[in-house]
Amino acid sequence: MPALAGLRTADTLISANLVDYTIIALYFVFVLGIGIMARRAISDSLDFFLSGRSLPAWVTGLAFISANLGAVEIMGMSANGAQFGISAVHYFWVGAIPAMLFLGVVMMPFYYGSKVRSVPEFMFRRFGTGAHLVNAISFAVAQLLIAGVNLFLLGSIVQALLGWPLWVALIVAAIIVLSYITLGGLSAAIYNEVLQFFVIVAALLPLTLIGLNRVGGYQGLKDKITEFASTPAAVAAGVPSADDQLHSWPGQALTGFGSGTLSVIGIVFGLGFVLSFGYWTTNFVEVQRAMASNSISAARKTPIIGAFPKMFIPFIVIIPGMIAAVLVNEIRELKAGGAPTGGASGTVQYNDSLILLMRDVLPNGLLGLAIAGLLAAFMAGMAANISAFNTVLSYDLWQRYIVKEREDSYYLKVGRLATVAATFVAIFTAIIASSFSNIMNYLQTLFGFFNAPLFATFILGMFWKRMTATAGWVGLSAGTIGAVIFAFLSEDAFGSASLGVIPIGGQGAAFLAASTAFVVDIVLSILVTFRTESKPVSELRGLVYSETPKEDLVDPEEAKLPWYRRTIPLASVALVLVIALNFAF
Amino acid sequence: MTDNQHSADQDTDTAQGGRHTAGAFDIRNFIGGLLGLYGIILTLMGLFGDQELDKTGGWNANLYTGIGLLIVSAIFITWARLKPTIVPAHVETADDGAGPGPTP
Repeated sequence: MPALAGLRTADTLISANLVDYTIIALYFVFVLGIGIMARRAISDSLDFFLSGRSLPAWVTGLAFISANLGAVEIMGMSANGAQFGISAVHYFWVGAIPAMLFLGVVMMPFYYGSKVRSVPEFMFRRFGTGAHLVNAISFAVAQLLIAGVNLFLLGSIVQALLGWPLWVALIVAAIIVLSYITLGGLSAAIYNEVLQFFVIVAALLPLTLIGLNRVGGYQGLKDKITEFASTPAAVAAGVPSADDQLHSWPGQALTGFGSGTLSVIGIVFGLGFVLSFGYWTTNFVEVQRAMASNSISAARKTPIIGAFPKMFIPFIVIIPGMIAAVLVNEIRELKAGGAPTGGASGTVQYNDSLILLMRDVLPNGLLGLAIAGLLAAFMAGMAANISAFNTVLSYDLWQRYIVKEREDSYYLKVGRLATVAATFVAIFTAIIASSFSNIMNYLQTLFGFFNAPLFATFILGMFWKRMTATAGWVGLSAGTIGAVIFAFLSEDAFGSASLGVIPIGGQGAAFLAASTAFVVDIVLSILVTFRTESKPVSELRGLVYSETPKEDLVDPEEAKLPWYRRTIPLASVALVLVIALNFAF
Repeated sequence: MTDNQHSADQDTDTAQGGRHTAGAFDIRNFIGGLLGLYGIILTLMGLFGDQELDKTGGWNANLYTGIGLLIVSAIFITWARLKPTIVPAHVETADDGAGPGPTP
C-alpha cells in the first residue's frame, strides 16, 4: 500500500507477502462475486430466493452458526482460552448447544407457524405495542454496540496487518464492510455465511494442529500450562491453577467465584440457562436463518444441525488461545502480570492471542489463509449486525410507528440510509469497545441487559395464556434496568464506571446481572398480570402453547424421513454427544 | 411467474416439469472453487516456497494444508455433480417471512 505509506506509524505485527495478499484478495473476489450474482439474479427473477429456499438443511444449519461465528466469538474465545484455559468451552457446551436444541425442538414451531417476519414482530402479536417497542429499540441499540465490537476487532487486524493507526484502520474497515453489505445485500447473506464457515475452518484447523505440533501435542500443552501456572510470577499475578485451566468443571477460573458449587450453579443457571437461552432463542440475527427455510421441519432442524459443528468449534478456537498462552512471549508476559508493548492497541491484550500465534507459527501462504479467515468472520459478523439492525429499524420501528403506509421503495431507501448511519455509529462504539481488556466481558454484559429479560418474557408468554400485554413491557423494561443497576454496583462489569458495591467481578458479574434481569422480569410479569386484563384466547392461536393445535406445530412429512433426518432423534444425538464432551474434558 | 420465465436463462434445464438445477448458484461449487484455488496456491508454496520449518515445528504445513484443501474441494465439486440441487418451479410464494428486509 505505497499510497498510504505515510501513515505507517508502527511495525506490522505480521509480515504478509504477495502470496498472502493474493489469498486474501481471492476471498474478496468470491464474496463480491456472490453479491453480484445474487443481485443480477434478483433483477431477473426470484431464482435466487427460490434456490435459497430449497437449500438443504445442512446449509441453513451452517449459516445459523456462521452468523454467530464472528470476530467476537473467535477473538473473544481464544482470549478466554489464553486467560482461563479449557473452562472457556462452557460458552459452547453449556452456553450454546442446549439452547440451540431447545430452539429447534420447542420454540421454532411458534416462530415458523405464526408467520412473523422478525422476533420483535412476534412480540407485537403476543403483547402489542409496549413490549414490541421495548424489544425493537433495545435490539436495534444492541446490534449497533455489537457491530462496534466487531468493527474494533476488524480494525485491529487491519492494523496488525498493515500497521495503520487504529482510527484509520477503523474507518477503512467500516468502508469495506459498508460496500460489502451494499453490494452483497441480505439476499447473499446465507451463501456468504456458508462460504465463510469453510474458510474459517480451513484457516483455524491448520493453526491449531501446527500449534499443537510446536508444543508437543495435547499432552505437551498440558505439561507446559502446568509448568507455567506454578512459576512464582504466575502465582503472584493470580493465574488460575493448572487444574482449573485444564478441567472444564467447576470453572472457577471463568466465573471468579470462590466456591466450586456456586461456580457450577453460576455457569448452569447464569450462562447455560439465562444468557444462552436468551441469546440463541430470541436473537433475530440467528432465528431469521431458520425462519427462512422451506418447511417447519427444516426450520426446526436448522439449529440442531448447527449444533454439531458448534460442538467442535472450541477445539479450533480455545485450544489456539491456550497454546498462545504458553508459546507466544508477549502473552506469557501478559499472563505473568506484565504489560508488554505491541498488539492492536499499544499494549498486548488477551484478544491479540490468536493474531500473535499466527505470527509465530504460520508460514507465508497459510498466513494469508488465516488472515482471510479472520477478515471473513469479522465482516460477516458486522454485516449480520448491521443488516439485522436495518430490518428492525425499517420495518419494526420506522414503518410501524413513524412513517406509515408508504410504498415499498420508500422503506428500501430508509434501510439504505440506516446502513450508512449504523456504520458511522459503529465506528464510535468501536472506540468504546477498545477500552475493555476482554471483549467477552463487555458482550456478556450487553447480552444480559437485552436478551435475558427477553427470554423470560418469551417463555412466560408462550406457555402462560393469562400473561397480559402490560406485563410484557413492564417485565422487559424492569429486567433490563435491573441488569444495568446490577452492573453499576458490581466491581467491573462496566469497566471503571462500576462502583464495586457488590464484590463480584469478571464473567461471574455478567452471569449474575443476567440472572437478576431474568428473575426481576419473571416476578414483575406475574405480579402485573394479576392486576391487568388478559388478551382474548381467540387471538392467541399460534402464539401460546395451550391455544395452538398440535398439528400446527409439527410437519406431517417428517415422519416419512429416516431417523437421521428427523428433529427429535437428531437433537437427542447432539445432546448425548455434548454430555460426553463435558465428561471428557 | 411461469415455468418458462423461470428457467429461461438456465443452461442446466431438465426438460421435465420446469425443474432445473441450481447450477452455478450451487453453494457447493463456490466452496469447492475457492478452497480448490487455495489448495493449489498452498501446494505450490509448499513445493517451491520457503517452508519456514522453524515456525511450524518441522512440518511442511503449506503442502499438507494445500493437499487437504484440494481433497475437500474435490469432495464438494463431486457431490454437487452427483446430486445437483433441484430448484422446484412451484414453490409457495415468498410472503411467509422468507423475504429478508430491505436490501441495504
